[in-house]
Amino acid sequence: MPLLTVTDLRTHFHTRNGVYRAVDGASFSVERGETLGIVGESGSGKSVTCYSIMGLIPQPPGRIEGGSAMFDGVDLLRCPPTVARSIRGKRVSMIFQDPMTSLNPFMRVSEQVIEPLMIHGGVSRKQALARAQEMLEAVGINDAAQRMRSYPHEFSGGMRQRVMIAMALVTRPELLIADEPTTALDVTVQAQILELIRTMQRELGMAVIFVTHDLGIVAGLCDRVQVMYAGRIVENASTEDLFRSPLHPYTRALQRSIPGLQPKGRELFTIPGLPPDVSKRMDGCAFAERCGFAADPCRAAVPSLVEAQPGHWHACVRSAEIDLEP
Amino acid sequence: MSGLPQTGDYLLELRNVKTHFPLYKGFLLRRQIGAVRAVDGVSLGVREGEVLGLVGESGCGKSTLARTILQLVPTTGGAVLLRGRNLSEATVAEMRACRRDLQMIFQDPYASLNPRMTVHACLAEPLLVHGICGPKEVDAQVAELMGLVGLAPQFARKYPHEFSGGQRQRIAIARALALRPRIVIADEPVSALDVSIQAQILNLLSQLCSRMNLALVFIAHDLSVVRHISDRVAVMYLGKIVELGPAEEVIDRPRHPYTRALVSAIPVPNPAIERSRQRIVLAGDPPSPINPPPGCAFHPRCAYAQDRCRMAAPALTPCGDGHEAACVRLDELA
Repeated sequence: MPLLTVTDLRTHFHTRNGVYRAVDGASFSVERGETLGIVGESGSGKSVTCYSIMGLIPQPPGRIEGGSAMFDGVDLLRCPPTVARSIRGKRVSMIFQDPMTSLNPFMRVSEQVIEPLMIHGGVSRKQALARAQEMLEAVGINDAAQRMRSYPHEFSGGMRQRVMIAMALVTRPELLIADEPTTALDVTVQAQILELIRTMQRELGMAVIFVTHDLGIVAGLCDRVQVMYAGRIVENASTEDLFRSPLHPYTRALQRSIPGLQPKGRELFTIPGLPPDVSKRMDGCAFAERCGFAADPCRAAVPSLVEAQPGHWHACVRSAEIDLEP
Repeated sequence: MSGLPQTGDYLLELRNVKTHFPLYKGFLLRRQIGAVRAVDGVSLGVREGEVLGLVGESGCGKSTLARTILQLVPTTGGAVLLRGRNLSEATVAEMRACRRDLQMIFQDPYASLNPRMTVHACLAEPLLVHGICGPKEVDAQVAELMGLVGLAPQFARKYPHEFSGGQRQRIAIARALALRPRIVIADEPVSALDVSIQAQILNLLSQLCSRMNLALVFIAHDLSVVRHISDRVAVMYLGKIVELGPAEEVIDRPRHPYTRALVSAIPVPNPAIERSRQRIVLAGDPPSPINPPPGCAFHPRCAYAQDRCRMAAPALTPCGDGHEAACVRLDELA
């Protein structure tokens, strides 16, 4: 049984300007110890999916309209708050994009790292501090005993992200949700943090949901990838399959617009137009307007995810008829 | 491709440019206690119509170098020459004339456009200020500029907030091109954009460069973007150029240990390559530019550092095919 199964998650934001369907029917699952990558452009609903699972959607204006997120037999979206609190932050943890703003500038690092342990662990302060120090050492902070008495501003960006990771992992969670944890960092520091996540995952045997817009990170880190577009999942496959033989035109288009994969000097492939406005109702495939292969059936009904090959799902009604190779 | 080109070969030339920001302590007895050496001795040349990519991590001085070229910050030492004329010694009036040839595109298209000016007002302003055309021809000129960057002329009366990020960056490009400059400095012009939009802007920039024979200094931290668009690439570390050469040479066959680490840190969107290759993970963070390490600034993080690396800062040394690197162990590490 998968560790986490999300079924038909719909998170909408009710604003003065209409209803934004940020996530509109996302279904996926994460196995124990697996790394799932969620890729997509800004506004595709990657982060909102994670925030919904973690119960971090501000309500109002947000509202979880439907669906379920079963974590080890408990529906995180509907269980009583006390049950949810006993899971979130303990068995499921999250790290955020910006380490500059997600640590409390008024609290010593030690206080922030022991907080989840004090709340969930039922351990004494002394034991918690010892575990926090161990964890800070494990994430590569030298001289942790001294450094944990510092405040966040005394750390560099990469070091702050390490503190965030230590905070998330100190309770030894079964699932770590990482929402673009390296986007704000330099490439050499990004490489350090990715290496750290890999090592910690191996040591703790946890599952990871890794949200990113960088297909390169996905290629090196994830077992499975799902591509999101306008609040829906358009493709879900093992990393090898997704890169070798994408089945959805959007995935193919994304790959073709990355400079690193194209011969130098050749004009880059571009996706015409702009991502759709998720406040408008879409009756067909959300990508149809920008898709070179769109036909009438694409606009008739919202395509559902179908399993084309074992473990390779896509939401394109014309996938069998079209040839995505350049 | 032999030897150093003579002065005059270059449209823009930097000679040992230094930009230091002084640090003060005290209030009444204010005294200088040091300086942030943001740019510390950079020599470069950009030819007509050439795209020079400038890469490096945050804090290495890329943006300060861009601002120094445009004289938006005073130079501490060295000279910035545009067509042989020293900009740091130019008078205000001379500088204003030079600005027609030298324009800039900024990173964040949300912050670099005046929210209270329509696209038309924003594009017309430089035309009128520099007297490129009279008030009567402005509409036609603005429409032509908008066409040049792929914006429909009917958008002219709209405000920046009505556009998406990619379209705003097109407006910023149009504004930079309004005066028909010879060289444009683009400071991270695509890093705030999504991949599919980024590709559109990159295509636009390369088309404009070849069509208008425009030189471009393209600053970015994404090596694959830089490799795609640039003719030559310069790699910066802590205020200095550590490697310089043709784009494919530098990125596919890096010679300096820092460039090697940088290239190996870039995730490749191909699982087969990504899982099999050797990764060089650098330890620690870049050192502070206030108190840079003696000798080669990279030695504290370098796997190949020796005693002599700590002695003197190495100069850029040619290593074939117009490729130069600043490493004393260049020959041994080849």
